[in-house]
Amino acid sequence: MTKVFIYPTNSLILSDLIERFGHTPLAMMGQVHEKITTIGIDSPPLNITPEDPKHGLKYAAVEVPAGVRGRMALVGPLIDEAEAAIIVDDAAISFGCMGCARTNELTKFLARDKGIPVLELVYPYSDAEGKEFVYKISDFLKSLPKE
Amino acid sequence: MSKEEKYEQVKVALVSCGSEYAGIQSQLDSAAERVNAKLVYPEMDVSSLDTIEMEFGLQVASADLKLMMARAKAVVEGTAPVDGVFVTSCFRCAEAAIVRNEVRRYIHKNSDIPVISYSFTERTTAATLLTRMEALTTIARRKHLLAREVQTGLTAGIDSGSTTTKAAIMRDNKLIGEGWVPTINVIESARKAYDIALEQAGVKEEDVQALGTTGYGRFLIGEHFKAQLVQEEITVNSKGAVYLADKQKGPATVIDIGGMDNKAISVEDGIPGMFTMGGICAGASGRFLDMTAKRLGVEITELGKLAVKGMQDKVEMNSYCIVFGIQSLVNSLAQGSAAQDVAAAACHSVVEQIFEQQLQEIEVKEPLILVGGSSLIEGVPKALGDLLKINVIVPPHSQLIGAVGAALLASGYVEE
Repeated sequence: MTKVFIYPTNSLILSDLIERFGHTPLAMMGQVHEKITTIGIDSPPLNITPEDPKHGLKYAAVEVPAGVRGRMALVGPLIDEAEAAIIVDDAAISFGCMGCARTNELTKFLARDKGIPVLELVYPYSDAEGKEFVYKISDFLKSLPKE
Repeated sequence: MSKEEKYEQVKVALVSCGSEYAGIQSQLDSAAERVNAKLVYPEMDVSSLDTIEMEFGLQVASADLKLMMARAKAVVEGTAPVDGVFVTSCFRCAEAAIVRNEVRRYIHKNSDIPVISYSFTERTTAATLLTRMEALTTIARRKHLLAREVQTGLTAGIDSGSTTTKAAIMRDNKLIGEGWVPTINVIESARKAYDIALEQAGVKEEDVQALGTTGYGRFLIGEHFKAQLVQEEITVNSKGAVYLADKQKGPATVIDIGGMDNKAISVEDGIPGMFTMGGICAGASGRFLDMTAKRLGVEITELGKLAVKGMQDKVEMNSYCIVFGIQSLVNSLAQGSAAQDVAAAACHSVVEQIFEQQLQEIEVKEPLILVGGSSLIEGVPKALGDLLKINVIVPPHSQLIGAVGAALLASGYVEE
C-alpha cells in the first residue's frame, strides 16, 4: 500500500480511484476533518487559527501571504508523508480546487521536488480523453508497491 | 452608537479570498459581533464561476478570486441582499490586491451599498478591524444623525486619541470651549481636557445636554462619562471636517493624519463613502513628525514653520517604517543637511506615503480637507498640495475635528 498525494488536493474522484486500487490517498479532506474535530479549538469554519500560518513557515517564507501559509500548514504535511503523487492540471472547479493559484504552484513544485513517482495529467474534457485519463491513472497505481 | 441602535442588526457581505485559511476568521466574526453585524457569504450560482472573468473583465489564476468577483456581482444585482460589504484578501498578494481594489470600485460604482476593503495578515486582530467594521455598519444603518448639519443646545465632544485628547463644548452651533492635552491615562486625560473646555466655555458639566465620545479611548471614556453617543472616528471626523470647513453639501475628501494612523475618507453630503485607515506602521503618522521635531531640537509647533523654509528634495528620506525614517533623518543630519530641509523632507515623506498607500483606494474629489493635529504643521498641507497639485483646506480648529464632530452628532440626542 502506497501513500499517494493528490492534486487538486480535495478531489473526491482521485481519492476514490486511489482507494479502489488499494492505496492510501493523502487528501485535504482528511486534514480538514482532523482540524474541525480537534477538541478545544473554536475557530469556525475550518478551525484554522493564527498559529497555522506560522506552521506554514516550514514550506513558505514569511513574506508569502498568510492565506498561502495557512493552506500549506494543511497540505505541506501531506506532501511530507507522500510516497507517490498524481497531479491533474487545468481541472474544472467541480473536480477539485484549492482556491489560491500561488498555493497551487508551491504545492505542485514540492510534490515534484520530492523525488517520488509522480503522474502528471491534463484534465479530460471529452469521453475519449476521460477514458485515457482513467487508464493512465490505473496503470500508475498498479505500478506502485502494495506492501 | 447608542444603546437602542445596538439591537438593529445589519448584514455585511464578506467577500474574501482565504480569510478562513489565514486564521483570522474568528477575529472578523468577533469584530462584526461587537457592532451587531452578521457576516454572510453572498450566495451565487456556482456555474457563474465559469463566466465571471469575461463578465467582470478581469482574468485571474486563483479560483477564490473568481469567487470574490462572482459574489460582488451577486451583491450588486441584489440576488444576495446585504447592508454593507467587507472586501478582504491577504496582505502581500498582488493578484488579490488587484481584484480587491477592482471589486471595491465595482460595488461602489454600481450600487449605493457601503464597502470597505482591507488586507490582512495572520496577526490581524478584532481590535484592528473594529473601527472599520463600526464605520461600515454606521453608514449602512444610515442613522438619522449622519444627516445632522447644525449643532443645537449645549453639547460636548471628547476625542480620546492615541497621542492627544481633545474636548469641545458647543452651544447653538458655536464652539465655546476647547481643551487639548497629551493622552497619558485615558480617563484622567479626558477629564483634564473636558475640564479645560468647560472652564473656557463657562458652563458646568451637569448643564451639558448630551456628550459624544470618539477616538481610541471612546468606549472607556464613553462609559465613564455616561456619553449618549460613542462613535468611531471615521464617521465623526467626516462630519467634523465638512462642518468646520463649511463644505457640508456635495463631495469632499477628508484626510486625517493622526498620532498613530491616518484616515482618508471620501465624503458625499457629509456622509462617508469609501474610506481607508492605515495603521500597520507609524512611519506615515503624526508620531513620525513628533520624533523628527525632537531629533531636530524644535517644538512640534515650530516644525511646520521650519519645513516651509526648506527644500525636501535636498534630503532623501523614506519613512515607510518609523525606524528607517529616523535612520534616514540621522544620516542626513550627519551628512550636514540643513534642519529646514530635513523638516521639509519629513513632511513630504509622510504625505507621500498617504498618497501611495491610502489615496489610491479612494476617489479624491475636491475640496480636500486636511484635519488632525498634523494639519497644523504648515509643511504638511504644503507638501500635500504640492504632491496632489490641488488646494488643501485646513479648517479652523482642525485639531479638534473629532471633538467637534462628536459634539455636533451628540446634539441629535438633545431633542430626543
